[in-house]
Amino acid sequence: MSETIAAAPTVDPNGPYEAEIAELTRTYHSDAGRFWGWVTSVDHKSIGKRYIATCFVFFILAGLNAGVMRMQLARPENHIVGPDRYNQLFTVHGTAMMFLFAVPVMTAMATYLVPLMVGTKEVAYPRLNAFGYWTFLIGGLFLFAGLYSNTGPDTGWFAYTPLSGPEYAAGKRVDVWAQVVTFTEIAGLVAAVEMIVTIFKMRAPGMSLNRIPLYVWSILVVSFMIVFAMPSVAMASTMMLAMDRLVATHFFNRAEGGDPLLWQHLFWFFGHPEVYIMFIPGLGFVSAIIETFTKRKIFAYPVMVLALFVTGFVAFGLWVHHMFATPVPQLGRSLFTAASVLIAIPTGAQIFCWIATIWAGRPRYTTSMMFALGFIVVFTIGGMTGVMIASVPFDLQVHDTYFIVAHFHYVILGGVLFPLFGACYLYFPKITGRMMSETLGKWNFWLFFVGVNVTFFPMHLLGLDGMPRRVYTYLPEMGWGKLNLIATFGAVIIVSSVAVFLWNVISSWRGGAIAGPNPWGAPGLEWATSSPPPPWNFHPVPVVEGRAPLWEAGEELPVATGLATDRREVLITTALDAIPDNRHEHPGESHWPLVMAIAVGVTFIGAVWTPWAYVVGFAMSAVAFGGWGWPRGEHPADQVTDGVLPRSEAR
Amino acid sequence: MRRLSTVRAVSFAVASFLFATSVAGCRREERRFRESPPSATPTTVRVSALQPGTMQDTTHARNPYENNAYAQSEGQRLFGWYNCAGCHANGGGGMGPPLMDDQWIYGSSPENIYTTIIQGRPNGMPSFAGKIPTTQVWQLVTYVRSLSAQNSTGARSSRTDHMMMYPGSSSLQDPEKPKNSFRPPASEMP
Amino acid sequence: MLQDGLRGALNQSALEPAGPQAAKVTHLWWFALAIATTVYLLTMGALWWAAHRARQRELRGEAAVGPEAEQGMTRGVTYSIAATIVILLIFLVTDLSVGRTLSPVPSKHPLTIELTGHQWWWEVTYADTSPHGRFTTANEIHVPVGEPVLFVLQAQDVIHSFWVPNLAGKKDLIPGYTQSMWFQADTAGLYRGQCAEFCGLQHAKMALHVVAESKADYQRWVDQQRGTAAIPTDSAARRGREIFLTGTCAMCHSIEGTSAGSHAGPDLTHLASRRTIAAGTLPNTRGALGGWVVDPQRIKPGVRMPPNMLKPQDLDALLTYLQSLK
Repeated sequence: MSETIAAAPTVDPNGPYEAEIAELTRTYHSDAGRFWGWVTSVDHKSIGKRYIATCFVFFILAGLNAGVMRMQLARPENHIVGPDRYNQLFTVHGTAMMFLFAVPVMTAMATYLVPLMVGTKEVAYPRLNAFGYWTFLIGGLFLFAGLYSNTGPDTGWFAYTPLSGPEYAAGKRVDVWAQVVTFTEIAGLVAAVEMIVTIFKMRAPGMSLNRIPLYVWSILVVSFMIVFAMPSVAMASTMMLAMDRLVATHFFNRAEGGDPLLWQHLFWFFGHPEVYIMFIPGLGFVSAIIETFTKRKIFAYPVMVLALFVTGFVAFGLWVHHMFATPVPQLGRSLFTAASVLIAIPTGAQIFCWIATIWAGRPRYTTSMMFALGFIVVFTIGGMTGVMIASVPFDLQVHDTYFIVAHFHYVILGGVLFPLFGACYLYFPKITGRMMSETLGKWNFWLFFVGVNVTFFPMHLLGLDGMPRRVYTYLPEMGWGKLNLIATFGAVIIVSSVAVFLWNVISSWRGGAIAGPNPWGAPGLEWATSSPPPPWNFHPVPVVEGRAPLWEAGEELPVATGLATDRREVLITTALDAIPDNRHEHPGESHWPLVMAIAVGVTFIGAVWTPWAYVVGFAMSAVAFGGWGWPRGEHPADQVTDGVLPRSEAR
Repeated sequence: MRRLSTVRAVSFAVASFLFATSVAGCRREERRFRESPPSATPTTVRVSALQPGTMQDTTHARNPYENNAYAQSEGQRLFGWYNCAGCHANGGGGMGPPLMDDQWIYGSSPENIYTTIIQGRPNGMPSFAGKIPTTQVWQLVTYVRSLSAQNSTGARSSRTDHMMMYPGSSSLQDPEKPKNSFRPPASEMP
Repeated sequence: MLQDGLRGALNQSALEPAGPQAAKVTHLWWFALAIATTVYLLTMGALWWAAHRARQRELRGEAAVGPEAEQGMTRGVTYSIAATIVILLIFLVTDLSVGRTLSPVPSKHPLTIELTGHQWWWEVTYADTSPHGRFTTANEIHVPVGEPVLFVLQAQDVIHSFWVPNLAGKKDLIPGYTQSMWFQADTAGLYRGQCAEFCGLQHAKMALHVVAESKADYQRWVDQQRGTAAIPTDSAARRGREIFLTGTCAMCHSIEGTSAGSHAGPDLTHLASRRTIAAGTLPNTRGALGGWVVDPQRIKPGVRMPPNMLKPQDLDALLTYLQSLK
């Protein structure tokens, strides 16, 4: 440690640091005006907020698709939509929920929360973060523009070949799907890189690995999973399927040496980790919520962290369980059965640790806590059916039926939506400075809990009764009408629950009770700054001496001073023990991420029609990249002086 | 709260975007299952451009599926089902003339191809009147025109899932007219 | 319970097995459900109990649980994890052993049926060592009760999945691959199956029927199917045949014994012997058949068969002929 960084215990950073904070306000002020300032912003909080809001818009649109589907299926031989439209609806429902909502909302929440939780000012690469958002937005708009113009993909969210190949999927629908996947994979990889570097290199001093919050661990695991899983689907969809459809390659054409099963392997190698990528941050949220509302650190922290890693790792060994009906050898299927069964162990361990924490703590049943408990109740049902379908003979009866639909909706709604809502109620005060209404929150919770069960429990019975998936209608003689009607009724309840949630968000944003820095008395660093946080998050930098900093610090939170306030400076620390290592100036507002995203958009949207789009797009991207990386000569380069932490800046 | 003019600007951009996309995708992606398009009766279709006396406007029965991707895909399927490939191979010709070059004995407009299929032609082209329904004939017409790149690339599929065929691949033919008697060897494989 | 004759109305339930394969899976299901329900109730009970105890402690004003309780908590969690591992291993062993018992075909020379999936119908070919013993039908399979039947599965266009829940699990029909599976019907009856892999516009209406009957009935059916089409006796049927052969029908359908030989669509040689038409969508009655012939797109939009505008008397004659094809 050097002399210029001193730890001085203090409670209220605003007291002796007023002048520095005034200077920080000037440093972080953008001259670009409100609209362009917002567009060119690289503040992770600003990007996080718009990212979360965009994800919820896609959630609502995809939910409306599902609403129409449920209306169509409420009665046999219904005529609300025909097969063509229905196929587009269910494909876009799945694609939007999986690619545009479930994963991005988790990465968006992480974009907002992780720097605050680890006690730093920004993510590692602020401009890249902005680029990730714009790319995601372009991809999402492209998908819904497709649906709107009768060009929505119609071969299912996993688009099996040869149905999605050039011969059987006419027009540009599947090409739209392939490129939407590209955009979302780029955004996902961007988020993953951000999180890995931020979590490893930018933690507050003293936050060694064994003091990282469990939510941050979950994001770290998920980021590594994204890095390993997403290239598989990006390659399969953008390269291989798009090339088969555009330039007559034969990747999936058996007659010329390709293989339709190759698509399934490549897709599911991504697809199975994908569902864990959605679900593991949910586990992190549940830990944060239970810790806050039982006023007790989560029991057996090393077990919890290990469980996250084991889940993430084993998730890569499960993918063939989606393919049990294909010609995969029996030994192979047995191995994947074993992995699919055993992955329940780490999650089970986590649930037992949470139960132990609740037993030992002082639970308060706020809306947030109710959602965390609801997660345990609902997700476990999905987990049970998951272990059942790990078995090959049983799966061969229920594969591609409504039993599977029930299973994955239970694990997704239970494992992703419940923790997400809980996290929204927990972090809304931090993000907006206002409290959400607890009354509306309880309505939200109970409507959602009842709605999910009424909608999806009957689907188990429908699947066992022989109703396959992805059917736009069914014959009256099959006797499936009653259960389908009940499921549709449940869907209405879910819609009302989401409506209550939106109303709660909107009315609380303006008129909710003002929230202080730590309305819940929670232990994490994110609660050590104002609500909402200032653009620089923390000044001075907090220092961590335990796993629950705000509980352990008591009245006085130790801090480290000395970072410059006339520039946007962050503290880089070592990976294992978070010892300050150097200082880094991160870039301010920039329009280049948007320009780059537009270049990428032109490339991949154009590639739906012509391979020349890659050439044009490459040229545009080169220009954008040049502008982005152009050296700035205003500040002196890296300085290394004795007794002072080295200083670097973004190029 | 953003300024009102920004809201207006964004709303205008979104509205025009939606309008543009709705118009663009419509025709290519339509899938019309129940319709009876008009047939092109021989009396209205002229095979030759020459006419005695005053030039009369040739009434054209419009191909209802000209740039429709689904129709083209159906035409591709029917081309195999009805064994057009038996004489025309995959566009390269064999017993019958090639369909992917710019030599058209009886005219290359949609209604000309329609009447060729319906009426048959001397020297071996069967007459399919009463054998193939009108909608399917138009679908075949759309596909056959795509073999010589006469309709839009957006609607074409690049290949089939069988042995290397040489249909109207959007990468292997450009939208301009193909060269004279363009006939790659692979197209003559059965 | 061996019962001749047809069972009740359409039943496609995996939990009402009529053969050994489906029966084993049903038993596995009940076993798994029992264990899963027990584990679930225990876990929820533990959760409720933990919340309850914490509340009690708070109401009584007791101090927070201190570090000495950590040992007890560690024990509780460890035992729970250990119990979970044991239960999951039991699951796993059961799954794998059931899987192993289901795979080998219990017969050296089983009846072999080649099933080819098309968009959106099933082509069924009964194999035989001699060429005249082979025959092809569509969307309906007859099997003798109590004998294993081997299916050879192929696909003509996209991936389909052959699934008759009362009898066995499903297997995918993948273009370019040949898969095989077997099942056995132990109870006579009519079983419905449905395509279980999304295959396009009419995936929802791609069903098939399996009729399990006594050996004698089955043999009678086979002999009938091996024959060529019935020769029409009355003038209406003769006119109907003429319409069939000279019109659009013969371009896609085949009738053994006539000049109609296209294999693009289902074989109609013994159409009148089937219980349903349009891949299990409609009953095989004159009215339904007429509606299907005239406008199949109204019933199954997107299906490969085009509408056929026939004059009423021609349609009448055609239906008379088709209904004579027993």
